[in-house]
Amino acid sequence: MDNHNNIHSLEAKFEAKIDSEIKIEPKDWMPESYRKTLIRQISQHAHSEVVGMLPEGNWILRAPSLRRKVALLAKVQDEAGHGLYLYSAAETLGISREELYQQLLTGKAKYSSIFNYPTLSWADIGAIGWLVDGAAIMNQVMLTRTSYGPYARAMVRICKEESFHQRQGYEILISLSRGNAEQKKMLQDAMDRWWWPALMMFGPHDSASTHSEQSIKWKIKRKSNDELRQDFIDATVLQANYLGVNIPDPKLKWNEERGHYDFGDIDWEEFWNVVNGNGPCNKQRIKDRKKAYEGGEWVREAAMAHAEKRAKRKEEKVA
Amino acid sequence: MDKKEWPLWEIFIRSKSGLSHKHAGSLHAADAEMAIEHARDVYTRRNEGVSIWVVKSSEVIASDPEDEYMFESAKTKIYRHPTFYDIPEEVGHM
Repeated sequence: MDNHNNIHSLEAKFEAKIDSEIKIEPKDWMPESYRKTLIRQISQHAHSEVVGMLPEGNWILRAPSLRRKVALLAKVQDEAGHGLYLYSAAETLGISREELYQQLLTGKAKYSSIFNYPTLSWADIGAIGWLVDGAAIMNQVMLTRTSYGPYARAMVRICKEESFHQRQGYEILISLSRGNAEQKKMLQDAMDRWWWPALMMFGPHDSASTHSEQSIKWKIKRKSNDELRQDFIDATVLQANYLGVNIPDPKLKWNEERGHYDFGDIDWEEFWNVVNGNGPCNKQRIKDRKKAYEGGEWVREAAMAHAEKRAKRKEEKVA
Repeated sequence: MDKKEWPLWEIFIRSKSGLSHKHAGSLHAADAEMAIEHARDVYTRRNEGVSIWVVKSSEVIASDPEDEYMFESAKTKIYRHPTFYDIPEEVGHM
């Protein structure tokens, strides 16, 4: 068998597995572009979890009660864990953790643009849990069925933990909705600022999304950006009504015929502007990550030196 | 500069006594003790475990997924399954 035929048959085998819903595992043969797409997507997802800790961490010390503080701490700790599951999944594809970090710190890899918006009030913590985690859950539930085994397994674990995040956020907003005029104003203000960025989290329209079609063919994704966005809106309107909060979209309206809500145009200029580094907090986020990475360097080195010393001591004892 | 990365460890968790340890995922740690502590913080935040095993990923030896004959021989041996044998219904459950 010559080389060309060989690759050809490997590809056919790979496609057959995808078609019959057999998961691809780390040591299985896979097309280079499948590997690359996964590394890009999984690492972007991991970076989002890690950078996502920053806007929330901003409020840990100012949480209004102990109950809120322990919940927020636990949530931020979860995000760190989620980042770790995802980095590990990416590493099974042959890229090192160090390389992944460097891609984030140098701006080569992206993370979800939503985390480039600031958390100005306590209501923002509620809005993030409800809307941002809500949108993320839509996407992540779909990804529990993704074709790459380690990614799917990480997603199952993440989805199990994520539901508490959304509930704690919504509970914060319920409290505000039952509060005084100022608290209600805070709630509406958070809604006004987070609604549209949350919708942008699903990415560009299908017609403008460069990677979507191939990802769906490979069953990395099971639903398109626009489908997920619609699912999210349909699920969220009722929850907004319960809070008595106004969704800042005059065009939002139930469409009986479609069985879905119609909604207004997304400001794609803003979306691309933030993606390309000009959001309110892009520079601050990377600066903070760099500070954490560089500040932790001596710890990583010391731990390694300590481990080596201890191993050597053990060896000497045996000898 | 010689910067050594923390090695990768595979983590196995026993969710409760009576069940076997099951692969939960992997993480980086400087040594085995640290791997166990990290595994506790990462994989048992909600009481998912009563015991943890850690194994250096580089020590795991795996079968070759490209070896198509590896599991071939068992496929044809259907007589290893109970359903291969005909037992009259009157006999009851066996």
